[in-house]
Amino acid sequence: MKVRLLDIAHARSGDKGDTANVGVIALKPEWFPILERELTEKRVADHFHGMINGGVQRYVLPNLSALNFLLHGALDGGGTLSLKTDAQGKVYSTALLRMVLDVSDDEATRLKLPEVK
Amino acid sequence: MKDIVRVAGGQGFWGDDIDAPRRQVEGGPIDYLMLDYLAEVTMSILQKQKERDPSLGYARDFVGAMQAVLPAVVDRGVKVIANAGGVNPVACAEAVKQIGVKAGAQGKLKIGVVTGDDLLGRIDELIAQGHPLANMDTAEPLSTVRDRVLSANAYIGSTPIVEALTKGANVVITGRSTDTALTMAPLRYEFGWKADEWNKLAAGIIAGHIIECGAQCSGGNCLYDWKSIPDMANVGYPLVEARADGTFVVTKHAGTGGRVSVPSVTEQLVYEMGDPHSYITPDVVADFTSIQLAADGENRVKVSGITGAPSTDKLKVSIAYSSGYKAVGTLVYSWPEALDKAKAADGILRERLDRLGLKFDKILTEFVGAGATHGHLAGNSFDAPEVQFRFGVRSNDRATVERFTREIAPLVLNGPPSVTGFAGGRPKVEEIVAYWPALVDKTVVQTNVEILS
Repeated sequence: MKVRLLDIAHARSGDKGDTANVGVIALKPEWFPILERELTEKRVADHFHGMINGGVQRYVLPNLSALNFLLHGALDGGGTLSLKTDAQGKVYSTALLRMVLDVSDDEATRLKLPEVK
Repeated sequence: MKDIVRVAGGQGFWGDDIDAPRRQVEGGPIDYLMLDYLAEVTMSILQKQKERDPSLGYARDFVGAMQAVLPAVVDRGVKVIANAGGVNPVACAEAVKQIGVKAGAQGKLKIGVVTGDDLLGRIDELIAQGHPLANMDTAEPLSTVRDRVLSANAYIGSTPIVEALTKGANVVITGRSTDTALTMAPLRYEFGWKADEWNKLAAGIIAGHIIECGAQCSGGNCLYDWKSIPDMANVGYPLVEARADGTFVVTKHAGTGGRVSVPSVTEQLVYEMGDPHSYITPDVVADFTSIQLAADGENRVKVSGITGAPSTDKLKVSIAYSSGYKAVGTLVYSWPEALDKAKAADGILRERLDRLGLKFDKILTEFVGAGATHGHLAGNSFDAPEVQFRFGVRSNDRATVERFTREIAPLVLNGPPSVTGFAGGRPKVEEIVAYWPALVDKTVVQTNVEILS
């Protein structure tokens, strides 16, 4: 079954220099294992292909049912140098939540995941 | 010792709601009002102001805030801690003192001024002594931009603020204190936490991280269930009710809007996060993977379990330097084929700039309303009612950028049709003040605390 990340997680993003960080938080703790399994560094790097120049680093915060991603080279130099509308990476959060995940029907039923409308 | 110490956040940056400090002292009981005014490049703006007028160089909004909260300070014993001093904490303190004098509050105002963070006058000495102040991101030594440096300040921790409180200050003004130390210091002072009680210090730092961005933890910019968050026009700014054991509750005053919930606090915890295992501050290295959050009634979140580790022997230094010029111009193209028209304008403008022989370090075009912030993730089929054409350039040569600013408006008459949104006139040329983060040995920075009364 297809599941939109937007329907199972919320997020906030910010900046440190030319790096954007995106913290992704499961809407329910029982959905966190899906995030941890599906949102690999590679998957996130592929998602943002063409939008960032550097690599992706992931950190796991099981206590907050959250993952933290660092997207390097995401902000056209960052801060005041950047010419981008989103120079401080504030909406990389919702850009990540556009991702659509493949989850088995069994798991989706068991965890009551919302289906893509 | 108090059982509970209440620290309220009343300002998340210079430019935040100017009425929030007053609402925080009048909305309910608090012990401390914490005001954070400094962002990464704020110091350089303040340095320029100080160069023009030696009595300036601090966050002037703070003077208005002090005026508004003065009755609470002198009559009810609320203490204020702010990094409003910028590059001139002494002048900031003088301005606050004048407010006290005018209000007839002599003897009731003791202002603690923390200095020593300003390294601008010591850069050459530090480099000569073998401190390269290398850029933490690129590893380049500061000498590569030395002649363009505008400000340099070490991020200092809680110790001098605790010292000021110990000396009886009821208003503490610092320069480039870390945002989080402004909250941790009064807790350390009230509860007598020792400099090596890492878990408690880390808890104070995390309390600071949660409330340092004002309402961003109490319903502001909150994606979780955002439509249901009530009365945002009257959003309550946050406060922490802290205990000596390092646990605390995040809440807000009764009768205010917004929402303090586990999701709203979690969103703020992950904001601007790096490696969550080591959130490095001058006082302690906090571990964000230790934080436990629990709902504790309406608009209350209990925070516990926090652990920390010894701090490092370095301080971060915030350096600002001049790095060329930029300008951004916009026009709005309307339906039909709004995006195609905007793309046509982009092509025309680029060709004209080329014919003028202008060379830029960077040109960036965005089509706002057609995937400017989400790129290809937003898809590529747009039949938008309008699209904003946004064209930015950057160069080390001011005249080049200046020449560009004259090329946007002509498009209104000599470019693609259905164009509007040009009432703002020519784009402004902005000098770019760039940020250079560096590290320096703790031993080279000595802070100073002075009490004015």
